[in-house]
Amino acid sequence: MNKNHRVPSSRTLSAVEVKSKFGAEFRRFSLDRSKPGRFDEFYGLLQHVHRIPNVDLLVGYADVHGDLLPINNDDNYHKAISTAAPLLRLFLQRKEEADYSAFGTDSLTRKKTPAALAAVLLRPDANRKKPPVIISLPKDFRPVSSIIDVDILPETHRRVRLYKHGQEKPLGFYIRDGSSVRVTPQGLEKVPGIFISRLVPGGLAESTGLLAVNDEVLEVNGIEVAGKSLDQVTDMMIANSHNLIITVKPANQRNNVVRNSNSGGGAASGSSGRSSDSGASYYSYSTPGAVAMTPSHIIQNFRPEEVESDDDEEEDLVIEAGGDAQLAPLSAGGATASYSMPSLPRYEPHLNLRPSNGAMATSASVGSLSTSDRGLERRNLEEDGTVITL
Amino acid sequence: MMKFRFRRQGNDPQREKIKQDLFAFNKTVEHGFPNQPSALAYDPKLQLMAIGTKSGAIKVYGFPGVEFTGLHKDTATVTQLHFLHGQGRILSLLDDNTLHLWEIGQRETGSHLEEVRSFTIPGRSGIESTSATRVTVLLPKLSCDLLAVGTEGGGVHFLELPSFTLLDKSLFQDEIMQSVPEEYKCGKSLGPVESLQEHPQYPDKILIGYSRGLVVLWDLQSRRVDNYFLGKQQLESLVWERSGNSFVSSHSDGGYMVWSVSSSTPCTHEPVTSTITYGPFPCKAVNKILWRTTESGAPLVLFSGGMPRASYGDRHCLTILQDSQHVTLDFTSRVIDFFTVHCTDRDKDFDDPSALVVLLEEELVVIDLQTAGWPTIPAPYLAPLHSSAITCSYHISNVPTKLWERVVCAGQQQGTLQTHTNWPICGGKNFAPDPKQQELLLTGHEDGTVRFWDASGVSLRPLYKLSTSNIFQTDCDHNDSLNQASEEEWPPFRKVGCFDPYSDDPRLGIQKICLCKYSGKLVVAGTAGQVIVLYLSDEKSDHMIDVATLDLLQDREGFTWKGHDRLPPKSGPVLFAPGFQPVVLVQCMPPAAVTAVTLHAEWNLIAFGTSHGFGLFDYHRRSPVLARCTLHPNDSLAMEGPLSRVKSLKKSLRQSFRRIRKSRVSGKKRVLVSSPSSKVQEANAQLAEQDAEVTPVQRRIEPRSADDSLSGVVRCLCFADTFLRDGTHHGPTMWAGTNSGCVYAYALDVPSQEKFSEQSVEALLGKEIQLMHRAPVVSIAVLDGRGNPLPEPYEVSRDLAKAPDMQGSHSVLIASEEQFKVFMLPKVSAKTKFKLTAHEGCRVRKVALVNFCSVASEDYSENGLVCLTNLGDIHVFSIPALRPQVRYDCIRKEDISGIASCVFTKTGQGFYLISPSEYERFSLSARVITEPLCQVEFDRPHDSSEPSFCAVSPQANGTHKAQSMGESRSAGDAEVVFDEVSPLSSPALDSPNSSADITLDTTGELTLEDVKDFLVTVDEAENNLRNRSEEDGRPSGILIN
Repeated sequence: MNKNHRVPSSRTLSAVEVKSKFGAEFRRFSLDRSKPGRFDEFYGLLQHVHRIPNVDLLVGYADVHGDLLPINNDDNYHKAISTAAPLLRLFLQRKEEADYSAFGTDSLTRKKTPAALAAVLLRPDANRKKPPVIISLPKDFRPVSSIIDVDILPETHRRVRLYKHGQEKPLGFYIRDGSSVRVTPQGLEKVPGIFISRLVPGGLAESTGLLAVNDEVLEVNGIEVAGKSLDQVTDMMIANSHNLIITVKPANQRNNVVRNSNSGGGAASGSSGRSSDSGASYYSYSTPGAVAMTPSHIIQNFRPEEVESDDDEEEDLVIEAGGDAQLAPLSAGGATASYSMPSLPRYEPHLNLRPSNGAMATSASVGSLSTSDRGLERRNLEEDGTVITL
Repeated sequence: MMKFRFRRQGNDPQREKIKQDLFAFNKTVEHGFPNQPSALAYDPKLQLMAIGTKSGAIKVYGFPGVEFTGLHKDTATVTQLHFLHGQGRILSLLDDNTLHLWEIGQRETGSHLEEVRSFTIPGRSGIESTSATRVTVLLPKLSCDLLAVGTEGGGVHFLELPSFTLLDKSLFQDEIMQSVPEEYKCGKSLGPVESLQEHPQYPDKILIGYSRGLVVLWDLQSRRVDNYFLGKQQLESLVWERSGNSFVSSHSDGGYMVWSVSSSTPCTHEPVTSTITYGPFPCKAVNKILWRTTESGAPLVLFSGGMPRASYGDRHCLTILQDSQHVTLDFTSRVIDFFTVHCTDRDKDFDDPSALVVLLEEELVVIDLQTAGWPTIPAPYLAPLHSSAITCSYHISNVPTKLWERVVCAGQQQGTLQTHTNWPICGGKNFAPDPKQQELLLTGHEDGTVRFWDASGVSLRPLYKLSTSNIFQTDCDHNDSLNQASEEEWPPFRKVGCFDPYSDDPRLGIQKICLCKYSGKLVVAGTAGQVIVLYLSDEKSDHMIDVATLDLLQDREGFTWKGHDRLPPKSGPVLFAPGFQPVVLVQCMPPAAVTAVTLHAEWNLIAFGTSHGFGLFDYHRRSPVLARCTLHPNDSLAMEGPLSRVKSLKKSLRQSFRRIRKSRVSGKKRVLVSSPSSKVQEANAQLAEQDAEVTPVQRRIEPRSADDSLSGVVRCLCFADTFLRDGTHHGPTMWAGTNSGCVYAYALDVPSQEKFSEQSVEALLGKEIQLMHRAPVVSIAVLDGRGNPLPEPYEVSRDLAKAPDMQGSHSVLIASEEQFKVFMLPKVSAKTKFKLTAHEGCRVRKVALVNFCSVASEDYSENGLVCLTNLGDIHVFSIPALRPQVRYDCIRKEDISGIASCVFTKTGQGFYLISPSEYERFSLSARVITEPLCQVEFDRPHDSSEPSFCAVSPQANGTHKAQSMGESRSAGDAEVVFDEVSPLSSPALDSPNSSADITLDTTGELTLEDVKDFLVTVDEAENNLRNRSEEDGRPSGILIN
């Protein structure tokens, strides 16, 4: 252990020294800087080295400025690895005992030294003058809307995605017929169009701030609405309502995303070959049971692909007379355990519909089922995972 | 997000060829009675009858099977029709004062009725008023070379035929007035020309009758008046006596006068006789009179109208008088026109009419004038489908001969079925081959009757009529007291015709029908929750009906039915005529209208559903098997019953009308946009129009939720022998789908035939499937291991169909209003799906599994899923791969009742109502087509005089036009138009429903690899599209912000 600590120079290029602190215990190991692996592998590794396989953890690290920052997804994990110079100092907390107030950039100004920072972690009550605002972790949020495909759309258009999921909040908007003026080689021309006519206060559409009254609807889930009647467009939107993607021409063109044409941004966002979410807005679950149901040892980050496949499967609920509720599996083999989980809570309202049927399983039990699957999966990863040097 | 399931595969020429051999869209023939008829004509030489309608259609009928249809370019009422006798030509006068000449013409493929010329009467110089030249009557001379036209202004013009050349021979009133006695003139005009009649002996003389009452005999050659008849009563019509020695005039006071014509007295002041049949109190006008001589003595007088104003002014009557015989035919709808079929041979001395043909607003009535008592002759076509409003229809293909004969026999004993031997209108020859198979169309009606129609050929023939009202106690006595006219009654009314729009009790209305064609068992379900099981019996029977009540609410609390009561069944035994005889009556509680019904005769089970739930009933043991409530706790509307829903219906009707109006306006806009010069004006006009609309229609965008109202309505039911519990044991199952996207599947334990009486049927809930999108389930069908639909009951046991593949795994096809989905059984795992609404913005209204036979080879056939959407277009998908094959526009989207009434046959034809009284028949199959094929022989001068062979492709009365293969992609064309204006458009060829599809798709062989491949395809398509929209997505200078 000490040896690793003393001779950093030879290894700086290839390895990252990790010093991980959980409670009073330290563990030291190293990671390959060029191949850090994924966050969940890393998370498993931490549980492994600390021998606390069943404890839910909150992982934090001290960055170059001495700020305590969380590690809970691939992105901030990679950031932590790449900025470690060369030592990466980790602070692990039990999730149930976690003190979120320690995180953030403010910690730099309040506590200059890592030691002071550690002191905060060890004695959370010290230096506290007033109860801090509790901000939940990202896993307690889910995306409700996003602007997508900024790179491929004209600047005057906006493609908005509304994630309906299972929550109670209504989509909350109305559409109407209208006409819009276009410039053509023949001059001005009025063509019929579909417009947003009303936003319901408190609805999803209003709360995102991405749609407004009089925005012209150009496409619904990739299908143009030109030539379609109001009723057709209504039907299309309702048919896609659980994952609605509307391309609008905003009535107010002053808030458009201005692209830097020479930044090579196209390459960056196009690297995935898929849509890039920019500026997804999140809000908390409105169903109280939902937080509990999400497997608590996983810090979930939403990637667009997940939600998309979630949509695509769109499993129908099949209730066997024997008593188990199950999602209609896709025999085509698209479904994996991780994808089915975010979609679970939305079945709940339906299940409540049949009070008489005692044979039915609750969705919570399905959740736990998948949880154990997830556990299995991780153990496999652990075995052939990242290189560990002790 | 952009899900393009179907990569554009280029045009696989092989698949395209197969599709051409399988699918073709044709509207083939219209069945039933033309809606709103307005004119009638008859050609005694060719023995053809023509009917004109308010929508501008002309329909020509001859021998059963001989039919022609023509449609005027403008939708204007056809006010008069005249045949040019023997020439195969028809003159029509529209209410826009235009004359049209139609010919039965030939093409290489077949012939049709086509318009060859039209003509508008020019105004007389000096007279500004257009009404003066408004045509009131037409008289084509029997020689067919001259047409006399009488006008409102009192002039008579002459046109040469068939060229419509106006001859310089016009006769104006002033010319007549000069020689009229002074005392008759009294300063008044003669009024419009009311009648023109050619002298039966001297073709150069025509009788001209003016509204004021003056009648003159005009000689065309000498251009002078032969005789004046100074009538003083307002004239309605004129008719010659055959000899030409006298004529009869009818008048607005309800009387008629006989005038004698003699060359010695040029001016006649008084008629020979004057009669007001129904006097002395004021009577209504006699609109038309016919006077026919008979060999037996007294002439036959036929006239319409003339009823006593006060007591019978509202009746629609036609009087037949001969000697002491007097019958007043009392119709239920207005008399449009009538004619007699009589001898027109000039060598004969008498008319000797054989039949009277009366065109009424709602039906055609033919009276046999040669048989004593003047009985009616049932018509072999123009069946009044709507004699009571049609509430549902059901089609049975390939009816076994045995059942057919028994139904025909039962119909004969009822007198519903008639022979065509004495049918008087028999011009032309029917060349259509005898139908290969018998087809039945069953229509359910508002009055509780079910009518059986022979739908095998071009003319829809009534076979049998079943009434269900006799098993219930209703307020009305059904002993047709109307037919027994009392002796003393004056006038001697006789009720004729079957059009009866008044239903005794709306609860009797038939909602759903299901027939087992092998066992002759029929299930009929109605508005008051009644489900009646009937057996076909050849003997009459007097028996009690077993009545059972099934509570579909089960023990749900807090629901009170606010709708109608159930129909009380009769207590004692009821006498039933041979035919379908009710055996069991099941009444659902609450007595809401039955929304779905199905029958499995082999298992002796019926299943039925309402807006509250569904039930399963063993009609052999007369015992209920299952009742299941599908009601959502928050659903209050379901308990309202139909009465309170009327309000919302009204509201929704109003809305849809508003929508129609709106779409018409916008439709017009789109057309006009194409002309660049007027664009700015157009835009400004629209701007103004837009401003006028203060509150635009808006639509709420919200996903369907579980507690939407009427979510519990059971939409479809089906029985199937399949794998529900596990993959090794198959057995009887029952499936039910609801309005909220829920599917219940029950495993049934049906005892074997021998034990049927001892052991009862058990039902066990196997699966419940909640479709995520919650759209109403429109149809459920189970497919066998090869992906073919399961055969009907008895088909396998009687060796009538190939046994289904029970080795491979079965699948269930669930069609909702938004998407189609195939699930593997028994696991119910999703296999394939097609999201129609998400792609097209249209919703599924009707679906059917259809077997399409290829025209190229008799052995080759494919099963397809046919779907009619709320936009009125028809899509065909392959099964079980659910790939779109073809798309056709079929019904106008505004025609809601047309879409709702559509039924498909098992072989790729279909029917829908184009009016309350007419079915349009169409064909999706390239092989199975039922269309008229007929020949009319005639001599036509100045024209090829060969007999013409006419295969006719009739078009409906203004509702649509025919479609060819090429037109079926019109949606794609429309998109191209919009390409020019939208910078975001994706080219039409990537439309997911593009008919440019794909590799040959052998049904049932979809393996896992196929699916994977298919998924790759999606990604590729998506990327392609993304690239394209990237190109399209350049900042576009053509948008104004």
